[in-house]
Amino acid sequence: MTDNTEAHIFEDVVSPFCGIASDDLVIEVKGNTVTVKENGDAVTKPGFETPITDLSPRIKGQDVSFEQAINHIASLLKSSKQPLIGGMATDLNGARAAMAVADATRATVDSFYSDNAFKNILVLQDTGYMTTTLTEVRNRVDLLIVVGSDIEKGFPRFYERMIWPQESMFGQDIESREVIYLGKTPSGDASTSPSGKKASVLPCDTDDLPEVISVLRALVKGKSVQAETVGGIAVSELSKLAEKINAAKYSVLTWSGSEMSMEHAEASIQNLCEMIKEVNETTRCNGLMLGGKDGDTTVNAVSSWQAGYPMRTSFSRNMPDYDPYMNRGQRMLDEGEVDCLVWISSFNTQLTPPKTETPTVVLGRSGMTFEQEPEVFIPVGVPGIDHVGRTFRCDSSVSLPLKKLRDSGLPSTYDVLTAVEKAL
Amino acid sequence: MLTKLTGGRIFDPEHGQNDVVRDIYIRDGRIVDAPADGKVDEEIDVRGKVVMSGAIDMHTHIGGGKVNIARTMLPEDHAESLVERTELMRSGCGHAAPSTLTTGYRYAEMGYTAGFEPAVMPVNARQAHMEMHDTPIIDKGGYAMLGSDDFLLRMMAANEDQEAINNYVAWTLTHSQAIGLKVVNPGGINAFKFNQRKLDLDENNSFYNVSPREILQRLSRAVTELGVPHPLHVHGCNLGVPGNKDTTLDTIQGIEGLPMHLTHIQFHSYGTEGDFKFSSGAAEIAESINRNKNITVDVGQILFGQTVTASGDNMRQFDGSKHAHPNKWVCMDIECDGGCGVVPFKYKDQSFVNALQWMIGLETFLMVDDPWRIFLTTDHPNGAPFTSYPHLIKLLMDKSFRNDMLSTLHPEAQNATHLASLDREYSLYDIAIMTRAGAAKLVGLADRGHLGVGAAADITVYTDHADREKMFTSPDYVFKDGNIVVKNGELVKVTWGTTHVVKPEYDKGIEKPLKEYFDKYHTMTMGNFKISDDEIVDDGRGSLTVQPLKKGGKL
Repeated sequence: MTDNTEAHIFEDVVSPFCGIASDDLVIEVKGNTVTVKENGDAVTKPGFETPITDLSPRIKGQDVSFEQAINHIASLLKSSKQPLIGGMATDLNGARAAMAVADATRATVDSFYSDNAFKNILVLQDTGYMTTTLTEVRNRVDLLIVVGSDIEKGFPRFYERMIWPQESMFGQDIESREVIYLGKTPSGDASTSPSGKKASVLPCDTDDLPEVISVLRALVKGKSVQAETVGGIAVSELSKLAEKINAAKYSVLTWSGSEMSMEHAEASIQNLCEMIKEVNETTRCNGLMLGGKDGDTTVNAVSSWQAGYPMRTSFSRNMPDYDPYMNRGQRMLDEGEVDCLVWISSFNTQLTPPKTETPTVVLGRSGMTFEQEPEVFIPVGVPGIDHVGRTFRCDSSVSLPLKKLRDSGLPSTYDVLTAVEKAL
Repeated sequence: MLTKLTGGRIFDPEHGQNDVVRDIYIRDGRIVDAPADGKVDEEIDVRGKVVMSGAIDMHTHIGGGKVNIARTMLPEDHAESLVERTELMRSGCGHAAPSTLTTGYRYAEMGYTAGFEPAVMPVNARQAHMEMHDTPIIDKGGYAMLGSDDFLLRMMAANEDQEAINNYVAWTLTHSQAIGLKVVNPGGINAFKFNQRKLDLDENNSFYNVSPREILQRLSRAVTELGVPHPLHVHGCNLGVPGNKDTTLDTIQGIEGLPMHLTHIQFHSYGTEGDFKFSSGAAEIAESINRNKNITVDVGQILFGQTVTASGDNMRQFDGSKHAHPNKWVCMDIECDGGCGVVPFKYKDQSFVNALQWMIGLETFLMVDDPWRIFLTTDHPNGAPFTSYPHLIKLLMDKSFRNDMLSTLHPEAQNATHLASLDREYSLYDIAIMTRAGAAKLVGLADRGHLGVGAAADITVYTDHADREKMFTSPDYVFKDGNIVVKNGELVKVTWGTTHVVKPEYDKGIEKPLKEYFDKYHTMTMGNFKISDDEIVDDGRGSLTVQPLKKGGKL
């Protein structure tokens, strides 16, 4: 721990807490107290400012040394027949170390956010898609369609940074940009243009989105539709939207997997993605998948390059096997298939392990509280606060360096898991 | 420790040694002189064996966003080639788009000790390096991709002087930690964002009014003037389009004698003759290469079977997506910097077009005279996975094998080639040039690709088997930096290679317009774009090797 109580200011700090990974934060650090001074929001402020409480590892609630905790985890893993490494909220090197331990212990890996991420990953693996990235959106979008998602809740600075910048690179009048919500109505005013032009909304229930999307795709393709309304939206309104998509030079359809809560959302996302491909026969149009907070894009990327597969990969046969249904961590826990759960959650004290009878190891952010004390708890540092790291943005093309802002003495997830691997 | 390799048949083209029997001494990872006192700690008998330096793949897609999209996209392809964990090796999988760990092991097992990722988009360079960091044993490096990035096109539209462009190129190479410069469909990836669907060599980008010819000239000049050893690495216009041989011939003329490397030339050597309006342009292209000594090429040979094509050229990949097999694909516009397209593909020997592609590649290999200017690639995985190299070497070295294969292909394609009449067979010395000495020289690796004193001890020892595929699949020994990593075709040690880069100097003044550009238009700051040396060293396994520059200066 540092004795230095002088305030330090850090600029161009990257936030790993939200999937758009804004990297212009100004942060003050005094001892272990971190304060977002500039460019903070409802996601990044608690992300950076949650104070440190625990510093010591615990076994069954009793303080122990780091070595004792590591040895205990190693012995749990060694005697485990089917370990699960879950949570997976970590940075690049945390993910690498988790994959190494999974490979060595024949564990299955899954992330807390997989239910949402897989709504997009399943589409990639079945038919693929056309997508764009944040800087392209910032400079090129002329029509933004927000599908089934209230995006400013999870991505508070999306509009400020991507849709309403001072100027675009190609001389576009920023005010000429049009924002249309399909499905959900925005909860705030972030989507309103600087001069006060509000987004238009075609509201429908989330459960009606599959039908609405299917009709929109048909209309974009120039097919006629018999119905007059779909999901409460007049087909004439959807026709106008289809015309706008076909007339736009660079439209972007965006959604957040977590907000697409209907059953089999992947089928509707696939329909959207196929529509986007069809639009590109004549003009440009792209998808933008928002998500990937707390390192989720990172862990899927690392798993893909190290194992060939994203999350939901099992090493139980001493080689990677992928099954997005069978290897869903929560399903395995519910069915009693897991005899040791290692829960990695280094960003968010609220992201605690699911309630389970399974012996549980938590590598968690300091300050985490539990309904049920885990077998082992090691408070770990937060990537981008307590140690350097790297994180991927939701558009997956850009990854960013995370700074070390304070000297808390907390180990990184990489430190812990590398020590565990050695102790196996 | 001093190790002696006794009595091997040395193929070391850098020193003109063609099948010369001599001993090699290794100490501290380097090739050294024979000790004055004759004392050695370890002697390995390699009498009668063929000894070459470690092979270098100068163009292989092993890391970065599009490769990882390909991996994630193809679970069914991986499932057929799973690799078990051993005491030594991590588990992995993959045939067309293997996992990083498996990639490193396989390359080493084939006697390769270095591979270079040819399409590192600067904004995605961090990821490319992360993946290469997780690729064991082999050395690696990347070519930074410019030419469709808006910063360059803005500079060109504003008619900025060559020096400013040189500074930008040097800055990009330095901060993306690259060893060379690549251009993919010059200006075309950018034009696609403005809904242009093709861009010929002299066609202007509709927004910038800049042509591919001008981009190639500016970038090739920059590389030459900065003294970067690797010539501008060019994936030209109109990839895969019948008739594109004329574009390629124009591209060679258009560079006006500046050094230029044309990559996967096979995909750019198509004519429009015959009933299928698809014919081989290999003879004309080879003739032009033979005449223009400033030109180097790698082939991008296709081989039959399932693979995946991963390219920065989203304009051409979008067009090719209708041929996706299985039917799924991705195209992306990326960060005002570039783009990518990933399209799985199955090359079929009974397809006229695919059979002719196979023939065009081989014709090119056999008709380009100088093995120092042509390189063995499949554009992994675009033409075929790199694991097919031993098969490709056999096709080059064994005429009767080649003609046997040829006789099984689409009959009308056979009628459209004079491949059967080409008698040339590559020698072991030719193979050593194109996969070692020539490749090291082309990439700019001062201390690799040869067996002289002072070279890194990256050495491959083969049994001179008449079946060249067998020979090159399974070397007797592979040394990486002096360590035995492979013995009798099997991995015995896992080491971690270095990352080769160049660090050309630039005027810091370039950061003023760059910072403004990042602040105004980008979604990351200029500071966060830069990849530090520490990121390459990373957890301690990585290292940087800065390769020397040539004498540059104003042309």
